[in-house]
Order: sequence, then structure tokens, then C-alpha cells
Amino acid sequence: MSATVANRTERNLSLATPAAPVRRGDADEGRECVVPIEADTDIVKARKQGRAMGAELGFEAGDLAMIATAISELARNIVLYAGRGEIVVRVLHHQGRQGILLIGRDEGPGIADLSLAMRDGYSTSGGLGLGLPGVRRLMDEFHIESTPGKGTSVTLWKWKR
Amino acid sequence: MEVPILKQGPYLIASIQSALADADLVQFRDALVEKVGRFRSRGVIVDVTVLDVMDSFATRTLRDLSQMIRLRGAETVIVGIQPEVAFAMVQLGLRLEGVGTALDLEEGLAFLNRMTRIGD
Repeated sequence: MSATVANRTERNLSLATPAAPVRRGDADEGRECVVPIEADTDIVKARKQGRAMGAELGFEAGDLAMIATAISELARNIVLYAGRGEIVVRVLHHQGRQGILLIGRDEGPGIADLSLAMRDGYSTSGGLGLGLPGVRRLMDEFHIESTPGKGTSVTLWKWKR
Repeated sequence: MEVPILKQGPYLIASIQSALADADLVQFRDALVEKVGRFRSRGVIVDVTVLDVMDSFATRTLRDLSQMIRLRGAETVIVGIQPEVAFAMVQLGLRLEGVGTALDLEEGLAFLNRMTRIGD
């Protein structure tokens, strides 16, 4: 058996919004639900799950719409580009504050150029059309990790106002 | 899940009843475009009041639907986009450029009457 060492490039891009000073590591992570994403019908399932958890935490209607929309976009990227993956919705607690954490992860082809993926594509500037810059605007914080050939993990969270 | 499409004089009224998966949305678009010809409709109202999410796919499909229906010689108006849905759409950078929108069914009918000059 030939042992080949793949030349992996690991890129990491974190974009934090100053409005949400609590770092994820500082927060306690509570219960979670995991929705497997394999088909377009799972997209609806995932956003219903996220909305229900957000409503339970007392997020207001505007925030719930943003949470549900963010889940929809993450799940759709999984279906389109990786075929399968999962959406994790988790409760966050920090000093009496509550928040919701979303993770969209897959073992798909990964994103070769993260800075290109984070370029706003809805204008004329290009970007990969993954809608990630838009998704970032829906939530308080955004973190993406992607390794070509290994997969992508997008983490977003939002604190209750 | 099928979206009921009602014929109301020269118009078609389609009220989305619950969240639609992508395939359902595409099927709805095609059914509506086909019915415009079958009923020789002049205008179409798509009521999205119950939708709590209008993501990139839904927005694109509604934009395509509107364009396809215009190519068939009729006008489309989307009614009932909720304020929080509108906010999320703007944050996400989604636009419905070139697509008629109105507050509710009543305004939608008035919009179509103006566009098609029916009722003049």
C-alpha cells in the first residue's frame, strides 16, 4: 500500500461583529438538536426545529425569521454542494443571557477559497454565490472552517436582545 | 404539498398554505405558468402571508415565476410578505426586482387592475 500524504490546506476565517462581545468559549452550551440534511425537505425540517427552539428561548418574531432564514441557507448549501450533512441547533447561556447556536456541517468537497466565498455575491462583485455574507448579516457572529476534500463547518450564533 | 390555485374572473389567486420544500415550490411555479394559459388569465396573485421564511431559493423561484408569467402575457403580484420576513430578506441581500408586490389580497387586486387596465 502506498502511503501518500495529502497536501491539505486548512483555512480559517472568523468574522466577529462588535455587537456581540461574548465569545463562544465563554458561554455554556445547553441542550441541542441535530437535524440530518439529505434532501430539500430536510431544509424545511431544520428551520422549523430552529424556529421552535428560538421561540422557546423567547426570541422575538424578527429574530426568529432571521434564525430560520439562516438555517435555510446553511442547509441549502449542504444539499447543493455536499449532498448530505447536518444542522445543529444548540442553546447558549452566558451570565443570564440566552442565545442560539447554529452549526451547518458536512463532509463535502469543502471551499477552496474562503475569502472569495465571503465576498458579497448579491451585488456585482462576484463571490461564490453561497450566500454566506448574507447569512453573516442575519446573526451576531459567524465562523467558518473548510478543508478542501474534507468538508465545511459554518457556525453562527445570536443572542437574545 | 399542493398550493390551491383559484380562478377569479381574469385573475388567478394562489394562496400558499404552509412552508414549501424546494421541489414543491418549483412544481407550484410550473402549475401556475400552465394555468395562466389554460384560463387565459391576465393576472396572478401569489399570497405568501403564511411564509415565515423567504430564503434565496424561494425568492429566486418567485422572481422566475413572475418573469415566466410575464412572458405568457400576464402580470404577477406577490402579496403578504410579513415585516420580519422582509427584514430578513433585506439582511440576506435578497431582492424581488421587477416583481410586483402589494400589502395584501385587496391591494394585490387593485395592483392587477391598474397593471392590466381591467376595471377602467
